[in-house]
Amino acid sequence: MDFTFSEDQLLFQDSVRGFLVNEITPERLRAGWDTDTGRDPALWQQLAELGLTALTVPEEHGGLGMNAVDFVLLAQECGYVALPEPLVNHALVAVPLLQDLGGELAARWLPLAATGEARIVAAVEQNLVVEDAHVADLLLLERDGQWYALEQGQFSCERNESVDPGRRLFSVAVPAGATAVASGAQAGSLRSATLNRGALGCAAQALGLAQRMIDLSVQYTADRKQFGKPIGSFQAVKHHMANVAVRLEYAKAPVHRAAYAVAEDAAAAGLAVAQAKLMACEAANLAAKNSIQVHGAMGYTWEVDLHIFMKKAWALANTWGDAGWHKQQVAAAIFADGAALGAGATFQ
Amino acid sequence: MQLAFTEQQQAFRSEIRAWLKANVPAEPLRTFDTEEGFQQHREWEATLNQGRWGMVTWPEALGGRGCDLIEWLIFEEEYYRAGAPLRVNQNGIFLLGPTLMEYGSEEQKARFLPAMAEGRDIWAQGWSEPGAGSDMAAIRSTAQRQGDKYIINGQKTWSTRAVWADWLFGMFRTDPESERHRGLTFILVPLKTPGITVRPIPQLDGLPGFAEIFFDNVEVDVSNRLGEEGAGWAVAMATAGFERGLMLRSPARFQETARRLVELYRANEASVSHDPQVREAVMRAYLDAESYCLSTYQTACRLSQGGKIGAESSTNKIFWSELDQNMHATAMSILGARAELLPHAPAASGVGHWLDGWLFSQSGPIYAGTNEIQRNIIAERMLGMPR
Repeated sequence: MDFTFSEDQLLFQDSVRGFLVNEITPERLRAGWDTDTGRDPALWQQLAELGLTALTVPEEHGGLGMNAVDFVLLAQECGYVALPEPLVNHALVAVPLLQDLGGELAARWLPLAATGEARIVAAVEQNLVVEDAHVADLLLLERDGQWYALEQGQFSCERNESVDPGRRLFSVAVPAGATAVASGAQAGSLRSATLNRGALGCAAQALGLAQRMIDLSVQYTADRKQFGKPIGSFQAVKHHMANVAVRLEYAKAPVHRAAYAVAEDAAAAGLAVAQAKLMACEAANLAAKNSIQVHGAMGYTWEVDLHIFMKKAWALANTWGDAGWHKQQVAAAIFADGAALGAGATFQ
Repeated sequence: MQLAFTEQQQAFRSEIRAWLKANVPAEPLRTFDTEEGFQQHREWEATLNQGRWGMVTWPEALGGRGCDLIEWLIFEEEYYRAGAPLRVNQNGIFLLGPTLMEYGSEEQKARFLPAMAEGRDIWAQGWSEPGAGSDMAAIRSTAQRQGDKYIINGQKTWSTRAVWADWLFGMFRTDPESERHRGLTFILVPLKTPGITVRPIPQLDGLPGFAEIFFDNVEVDVSNRLGEEGAGWAVAMATAGFERGLMLRSPARFQETARRLVELYRANEASVSHDPQVREAVMRAYLDAESYCLSTYQTACRLSQGGKIGAESSTNKIFWSELDQNMHATAMSILGARAELLPHAPAASGVGHWLDGWLFSQSGPIYAGTNEIQRNIIAERMLGMPR
């Protein structure tokens, strides 16, 4: 039993955090909202140079051969800065899916994924809209029980504006005559695995978002003075933030366990992911609710940065399976005859 | 990361499971808030000790097994799974024991630890006073030094299990000129000493689960002092640290409650189906209990690799106490009209012990540092908000 991350994993997290916090400033995020694609090829190139695009690509295809446990801490950091580039989808969701699909498709695209020359994005049936389809060099899309591999230019996409101006969401039509790359039972198991990875990515980012909102609120309430004192010295304000800290603290281990279950392809990965996503997204939603409250009227403005993270948290809570869908997964597991519950069942 | 038990850990689990199967009383013991039940629980402590299962985390030389935190978690899982009796001496084993090991002299360790392990000495705590609750530094009870004695005067209150306990550990003001945290001394007091009056206080269930204690010129030998004179606050903080930390409430307890809650829900599904919130609450109980378990394992692994427990540990008490309250509130909703009935009432079929649990769960957010104090600690020490 070793529920810790390795020294290397923690060091990598530190260095990625350092890079992201320096580069992905709120000013840069705001500037991106007004551009055509909302995405920045130069930034993507920098992420590739850090090895992030290659992280989960197998070594024989030019990657680092790492897995969801290696990536989960980095996904938290992507959440912390609200990274606009589709790195979490690419590395945690699409690349493993491409590996599962295998064959010529994988042999051709995995090396390009590793170098960052290709941005790969995946979406399943549960994704009403597809994130970052407009910049995907390869889109792996499940619709009507079949998987399609569509190159940029082979599909049309129509933008759906989100409350979060950092998100780029598209309705994608599968072109007539497109050939499925997987169908039937295989498509179904690929969907489950992909949904698990996508939901894990949301959960990990939600942890980072919640932490960012705590940090912003702690800073704001230390600076803002009323009645001659920082408002952060008042218990009513403190307790709002303490409540977020409690929920966030207990959402972390479930996310890390879910990453492990996904990496090990465990039979109970779906349950672990559902739990992780519910716990993490609820923590992030509480962070949003309490953070806007302690920011007062400033929190309700476009000008203050809080809304960047708040809106992303709201969006992630209902993407890659909405909360109801994930609750259903948990309910199905615990209300079943012979369900393994109680003391000692957690790691069986 | 490797989330599986080693063969050695599995063997340990099998060993404790087999022992509990052979030794846990078939008839549940009476509550230790009665005189008869207290005696039964004292005997159970002796039985545990004979099997060397009483203090598994203590060193082998002191009758323990030198278990690490993971083994302790496994022990707790099997203990609660087996429905074994609650620990009447948890104040001693989990709070004072580790403090004695850290601050006690060799003579004190030899004098107190074996008797604690065998269930001969059951310990109560003496922190709170009428004027010192959340504000513990406001302690006014005094211990005046006279030669090799302390003369204790004053009053302690909310002292759990003090009605039938043998000893009390607590803090007294040894420097009458001192204020707040300074001038306090940690002293171990035999409750049978002349001048002590223990007045039982009935709890919500009507049973005397705690007491107030009056000290009238009580003479205690100086050798009963733990740590230096005037250094009581530091010693007490070590104890409170253990209390807030992992030992007080292991996840197994809450996971078993969550499991029983799922069972209760399924047994009553037809009658509660009109309230969809109940189903949601049951699910939430499971999620939170599991998360508590996962987080505890993660912390235990980190600590066993040399990590330090930090301010984030203050989140622990809020999480389990609110979880416990929520789970029991959900059970009350499921039981509906039966919820208020005592188990022996003619119409109380299938109510189990939920009502007792519900009453007890009301104390969780209050004892061991109220949740409001915990929130202050989280905000100030973990998040760095201004005082």
